[in-house]
Amino acid sequence: MNAPNRNPPPAVGAGLPHESAHLHVTGRATYVDDIPVPAGTLHAALGLSNIAHGRIKRLDLSAVRTAPGVRAVITADDIPGENDCGPVKHDDPILCDGEILFHGQPLFAVAADSHELARKAARLARVEVTPLPALLSAEAAAEAESWVLPPVEVSRGDAVAALETAPHRLRGEVELGGQEHFYLEGQIACAIPLEDETMRVLTSTQHPTEMQHMVARALGWRVHQVTAECRRMGGGFGGKESQSAQIACVAAVLAQRCGRPVKLRLDRDDDMCITGKRHDFHIEYDVGFEDAGRIAGLKLLLASRCGFSADLSGPVNDRAIFHADNAYYLDAVSILSLRGRTHTVSNTAFRGFGGPQGMFAIETVIDDIARHLGLDPLAVRQANFYSDSAGSERNVTHYGMKVEDNIIHPLVAQLAADAHYAERRAAIDAFNASSPLLKKGLALTPVKFGISFTATFYNQAGALVHVYNDGTVLVSHGGTEMGQGLYTKIRQIVAEELGLPIEDVRLSSTDTSRVPNTSATAASSGTDLNGKAAQAACQAIRRRIAGFVAERLGVSDEVVIFAAGMVSAPGFDATFADVVADAYRARVQLWDAGFYKTPKIHYDPVTMQGRPFYYFSYGAALAEVAIDTLTGENRVLRVDILHDVGRSINPAIDIGQIEGGFIQGMGWLTTEELVYQPDGPQAGRLATHAPSTYKIPAVSDLPPVFNVRLFDNANVEDSIHRSKAVGEPPLMLAFSVFFALRDAVAAALGPGARPQLDAPATPEAILRALHGGRL
Amino acid sequence: MSERSIQFYFRGEIRQIADAPPTRTVLQFLREDAHATGTKEGCAEGDCGACTVVLGESIGGELQLRAVNACIQFLPTLDGKALFTVEDLAGINGLGITGLLHPVQQALVDAHASQCGFCTPGFAMSLFALYENNPECPDKAAVCDALSGNLCRCTGYRPIVDAVPAAYEQARVGLDRPEILAALAPLAALPPLDYRATGQRFLAPRNLAELADARLAAPDARLLAGGTDVGLWVTKQLRELGDLIYVGAVTELKTIRIDTDGLYIGAGASLTDAFDALTGFEPAWTELARRFASTPVRNAGTLGGNVANGSPIGDSMPGLIAMGAQIVLQRGERVRRLALEDFYLAYQKTALEAGEFVLGLQIPPQPAERRFRTWKIAKRIDQDISAVCGAFALSVMDGVVDEARIAFGGMAATPLRARATEKFLVGKLWSQTTVAAAADVLAHEYTPLDDMRASAAYRRQTAAGLLQRLWLEDGAGGAPTRLSELEVLP
Repeated sequence: MNAPNRNPPPAVGAGLPHESAHLHVTGRATYVDDIPVPAGTLHAALGLSNIAHGRIKRLDLSAVRTAPGVRAVITADDIPGENDCGPVKHDDPILCDGEILFHGQPLFAVAADSHELARKAARLARVEVTPLPALLSAEAAAEAESWVLPPVEVSRGDAVAALETAPHRLRGEVELGGQEHFYLEGQIACAIPLEDETMRVLTSTQHPTEMQHMVARALGWRVHQVTAECRRMGGGFGGKESQSAQIACVAAVLAQRCGRPVKLRLDRDDDMCITGKRHDFHIEYDVGFEDAGRIAGLKLLLASRCGFSADLSGPVNDRAIFHADNAYYLDAVSILSLRGRTHTVSNTAFRGFGGPQGMFAIETVIDDIARHLGLDPLAVRQANFYSDSAGSERNVTHYGMKVEDNIIHPLVAQLAADAHYAERRAAIDAFNASSPLLKKGLALTPVKFGISFTATFYNQAGALVHVYNDGTVLVSHGGTEMGQGLYTKIRQIVAEELGLPIEDVRLSSTDTSRVPNTSATAASSGTDLNGKAAQAACQAIRRRIAGFVAERLGVSDEVVIFAAGMVSAPGFDATFADVVADAYRARVQLWDAGFYKTPKIHYDPVTMQGRPFYYFSYGAALAEVAIDTLTGENRVLRVDILHDVGRSINPAIDIGQIEGGFIQGMGWLTTEELVYQPDGPQAGRLATHAPSTYKIPAVSDLPPVFNVRLFDNANVEDSIHRSKAVGEPPLMLAFSVFFALRDAVAAALGPGARPQLDAPATPEAILRALHGGRL
Repeated sequence: MSERSIQFYFRGEIRQIADAPPTRTVLQFLREDAHATGTKEGCAEGDCGACTVVLGESIGGELQLRAVNACIQFLPTLDGKALFTVEDLAGINGLGITGLLHPVQQALVDAHASQCGFCTPGFAMSLFALYENNPECPDKAAVCDALSGNLCRCTGYRPIVDAVPAAYEQARVGLDRPEILAALAPLAALPPLDYRATGQRFLAPRNLAELADARLAAPDARLLAGGTDVGLWVTKQLRELGDLIYVGAVTELKTIRIDTDGLYIGAGASLTDAFDALTGFEPAWTELARRFASTPVRNAGTLGGNVANGSPIGDSMPGLIAMGAQIVLQRGERVRRLALEDFYLAYQKTALEAGEFVLGLQIPPQPAERRFRTWKIAKRIDQDISAVCGAFALSVMDGVVDEARIAFGGMAATPLRARATEKFLVGKLWSQTTVAAAADVLAHEYTPLDDMRASAAYRRQTAAGLLQRLWLEDGAGGAPTRLSELEVLP
């Protein structure tokens, strides 16, 4: 075979810097707002509602229209195509269609000569509304049976019977807050009208194809009239999967109307008020279990606040159901998932995509079982793990998928040993016995996360690889770069395949005119899908070049080797550049497209049974924390992580994803609190709409000791270079922090106590838990 | 004063600005006028640091370099100063010509410290200021302090912190300070800035007499100091501010001195300088000083501004009130002093008269037996607005409370003394029983609000908790009382 020589230096497996790192640090990396705009570009702003639910009686925009610098003002009536940007259901108006559905909903849009003038003009509208009653929480929606999508129930066995016969039984409930993405680069799009009814949209998005489709739909055009392009995002985290569409559509409609380029860049506060977030959940459980803590039967209620529209709430809540087992075998189980329609922003994808919420539920159940029985929570976790023996019945999930790659037993055992779980547990007990004011806590929590889009058709990707006749390579693919290092990994995969130094391979922006019909860069799947597609394209090119060389030399193409920028065969050694120059003159095709679809997966969305995931990623984290029992203030003292990324394509990037995901998850569960005004004239207004009031982790939240290691484990499935997806799974490692805080509260409360600790575990939530659930 | 343009050092030369509105921000100037897009807008309120730039100022013949947030810094405040952005780093010691990165940039690359990269220029500039200001590698605490105003949503910070020692392992480079000072020197000889554009006036007197005159002549003009709050009125509320009198060029307002009257801090002293002095005067300020806003906000903001603003959640006032600080006010030639607690009349209403301005703060010498503590409680360690900020100054003589001054922020419409608790404590035995009873008095003394930072119940409970912490720190068995001091074993 003409396989690439791995010696030396292999591109795959090397901890190379991010392909844009030198641009990031110098400020030369261009984001949408940094791209020089054509002369005459206008700047847009949105006018927002200041009520959660109501009907517009009168929308007087005369002052807006006559404000300095204003060139155009549009409402829903001015959208030439469909007034909708919903990714699944068509229930997501681009601009309010008469009924205001949440506080901060865009009612109209302005284009003006500058960003500042547009923002100023947008505040001059006079809006008269008839207020209507607003549903603001998941519980309120459930009570009113207000759904964006019908409830879903998944069950196996007879949970009710198991609950009744189990030796122990507990009931509980917990609130789990949402999370703002807080990508550092806010939502932005710049729409440039071109000749013959076409439009180019520069957009900060995880899903260029969907932006292309939505813009075409809003303009009443066909898809090939629109091009969407994204070189990089300043962070996405799920918040730019579907939610970037509204921005792109408004910019495009204004651009079409004015015949001039229009840029819409949201101010941070507007961004936080308008765009959806991680779903918050109300969780209730009823569990029966054995003396050793093994679960016999479980009834689980997962009620989420979806907001005013469906957006991606269907698959998000499905994934919560799929992950309600985490790493645990649930024998008799019944899960009811409620998708509440509320008068708040439409909650959306966020790193983990519902998985974290499902996993949080079962971790709460396990922790309560341990506290009830007076057992170490780690022992109860281990007692419930999926079996690691292939023949066991205890390795089939509640959705009918066999867990074939289970490594949670050795992974957790190794972490517990390396990080001295038992010794530290004893040391903490001793500390707590002599410290009345400060209490420490410890928790080791596992992660098992399913990899693949649950919508099976999404699991496809394309790539376009150009080898130019000087031997340099330009790669396009369907994935987007949001900082996760996808472009870097693709570059490594291509360099590896063609035996080239990394510098000879460049990545172009992601552009729907080069690779069509792309899936969102989401579900941790970017490298799995696009890496395989790029590899396939390279293999086709390499085959042709090898054939060309072999024919000239009169040898078999199997002996032609591509390595270190050279093409070699017995008695032949030439640079890749020279060989491709010759091949070009011999009219050999030096570019190709690659395509990939994930094998093995299938899933019936009606019964919710099948194999929705190609494989699972695993990990575990051990966190040690301390709390101040007078104030609820807390501190993470040490974190140890062992995480499975299969065979790493880039260990530096993978470590970065693990650390970053962990800290982001920690923020979700500790300091990041979304507060909506509960009542009064401003009911439903997001009170925490800026970084001054919404607190993501800052540098001092970095645990003073933070040990992160990769678990040595090749993927059993034929993934790209046997690697595993890493984008989302590490977020859930942060459960260790939350349950360590719960452990510290339990230490303060005394034996047998099940702390009523809601997430996020702010100082106030901790103090509340210390006082039995209320202050 | 005669009208003139804004002049500052930028990209190796003096840049003149004659037509920008006085409230145009440095970030708008960079991105929209100078088309220098390396500096990013993340929040436009000084909370994320993506816009961090470094300002250079000639102070006593030395070039002082400080990181600030460009998004809330008005362009005229650059007058007479030097502005450095991420694009400037390549020019240092000719690095860019040879294709090299500045050591802090190279170290960030090597440490894999950027992911999406949007926050990275801001981090690079905070680290650049740290690097220029420290010939030797600072410890991790100092690094975290320098980065307290920079948010990163991707990395989790570990590689960014790790990059600092690595930057110091590379060959040292540095700004050509004499050249910059020489370029700034002629600007100091210009008349004070009197800048007019778009119907607005920006006046920057250089001495107290000029300031007093200007203030009397235009009592309705907006006084501007660091702009770390006023900046948001423009970027978030889109307010028109009218004429502005900038106090930042008045050298006498930056006076800091310790003498027999105690510690005096001029109203124009930056929070950075003010807290340096305060922590030197009373080390118990250290933790609060570190947690007060962030490094760039402390570099731009002033103690006088924090106090004059009169926010109920300002973190400096409880401690200053507990220490018996007086606020010094000037109107024309008249100077008067008020106990700081008497300066606050109602929500955002102070005793400041028309034409009057804050001259400084006088903190009297503290009795040796007085124990002082000030703490803030917030969701996050770095740069967070307090739910509760409390301060205690207690003198105990022969086991009996002789004097108590207790003040809180976040508990009422203004910073407010806990007079009932003080009264309860004085004359009582300093004991567990007294503290428990006093904590109960304290918990009921205020009627705080429920808001997004905390509930009223939490505020009451923790205010009382802080009094108990004070007692426990006084030596109740030596058990640990501070999370920040817990030892961590690797």
